[in-house]
Amino acid sequence: MGNKTSIRLMQGNEACAEGAVAAGMRFFAGYPITPSTEIAEELAFILPKVGGKFIQMEDEIASISAIIGASLTGAKSMTATSGPGFSLKQESIGFAAIAEVPCVIVNVMRVGPSTGVPTAPSQADVMQARWGTHGDHPVVVLCPTSVAETYTLIVEAFNISERWRIPVIFLMDEVIGHMREKVAIPDPGELNIVNRARPRCKPEDYLPFDADAGDGVVPPMADFGTGYRYHLTGLTHDRTGFPTTKRPEVDALIRRLDSKMDKAKQEVTFVDEVLTEDADIAVFAYGITARAGARAVRDARASGVSAGLLKVKTLWPFPEEHVERIASKVRAIVVPEMNMGQLVREVERASKGKTKVISLTRVDAEPISPQQILSALKEV
Amino acid sequence: MYKEIRLSGTGGQGLILAGIILAEAAGVYDGYDVIQTQSYGPEARGGASRAEVIIADDVIDFPKVTSPDVVLIMSQQACDRYGQHVKPGGIVLVDDTNVSSIPSLEDACVVTLPITEIARHDVGRQVVANVVALGALVGVTGIVTPDAMEKAISSRVPRGTEELNMKAFNIGLERGREARAKHETP
Repeated sequence: MGNKTSIRLMQGNEACAEGAVAAGMRFFAGYPITPSTEIAEELAFILPKVGGKFIQMEDEIASISAIIGASLTGAKSMTATSGPGFSLKQESIGFAAIAEVPCVIVNVMRVGPSTGVPTAPSQADVMQARWGTHGDHPVVVLCPTSVAETYTLIVEAFNISERWRIPVIFLMDEVIGHMREKVAIPDPGELNIVNRARPRCKPEDYLPFDADAGDGVVPPMADFGTGYRYHLTGLTHDRTGFPTTKRPEVDALIRRLDSKMDKAKQEVTFVDEVLTEDADIAVFAYGITARAGARAVRDARASGVSAGLLKVKTLWPFPEEHVERIASKVRAIVVPEMNMGQLVREVERASKGKTKVISLTRVDAEPISPQQILSALKEV
Repeated sequence: MYKEIRLSGTGGQGLILAGIILAEAAGVYDGYDVIQTQSYGPEARGGASRAEVIIADDVIDFPKVTSPDVVLIMSQQACDRYGQHVKPGGIVLVDDTNVSSIPSLEDACVVTLPITEIARHDVGRQVVANVVALGALVGVTGIVTPDAMEKAISSRVPRGTEELNMKAFNIGLERGREARAKHETP
């Protein structure tokens, strides 16, 4: 077929759908909501062709419940939504975290709270993505900055979810979701695909939450329906999967689940440093805002300001080492966000007072412009 | 090269598809970097609708059009809203079938063509006015190659309408080239 066919003009939501299928996703359940609908639309079309299942559920809660169920049978599973639906899914995200069920939840962010502005871009679900469900829990949050990156990063989302048995939140914004860009589709053989570890023991010896049977952190996971019968609950449980309230067992479970964040950190942190080598001022940005940041940094350099960019694709776990390193060599970090200033607090925390941190916010349902960031870079 | 193109008109005129075709021609077949965006929401249905395309040699950082080099205007409402926003030295292509009050711009070139009328009478179907407009836009600006446009049109229009759309494109291209020649030799 040659190169021509692998270069395509794709929409961000389309890249999300196709990248997920390339990652091995074979079960999607969702309820359409702007600006994420094209993901469901595309999957309804392509999943049946690869032997996958697409179900339009009655609502968002049913959708995430369905993907948790499907994942337990061994299928890589995904749902996609926007703010209002993401709020509804929070309870079950907690279940996926405590029951250690791999799954990917896509949230194409729009303006909130509540119904907000259905079609307009925002980045205000960044904290909710980390802490939306109650209790200490592990969750990795990825955020692409282009259509091409959406394709490859959603593959990573599945890999992380499978490797660590955690829910992964894929946060897009409306601009990335709806815009079309040229994408060179990677050859399937070029993609690194990770599958969950499955038990090697006999079914009668299987302890579903015995991390020591795995790497000490992630227990091997049996597919429902293959003879490995086990109990599953949202209550704290021991290694057999049955509920426990014994203090040491509760403590061990919560600590083991939480430790996934630290243990996974290095391999799940994706940050591009652009022109940071000699920078004396930096921009920290994610999603569509990182694109405005890249332009602003380039324009700033043209006018003699040595600016650099931290293009952040992993929001949680927060890339504090990257921030601390840059904080020790620049006179300021500018943090543009399409919210009232959410990750800027993390940037401040990770900077440990080594540099000035400046928050730039925009909440009028329009993306932050390169000019807005450029003015901030020049003023500092 | 870094060119910003805004296609504006009324919801239903097929301008978003036109934007996708233009972007695909430039990106996939002519080898440029390209980004296409559009306005969504209630304003896109019956009200002013717009699609935007950025075509560049190098990586495009920011996807939004800030100061367009080329503006296509297919309705009076779009003309009132976007008619004045063009880069100095830019080109405004107006469908005067639908636009009666043509903007007069000091430092931009305004080209008028009866695009919808051409689609209706010369091609035979008003529904292809968007593709006539693309032909005219390429004829006037030369921003992408006609060959790339033809490939993109065949890959994006509904099956069975390829021939009609190709005819629309070529008639538009011809009229666009004529209009350009007229402008260059006043």
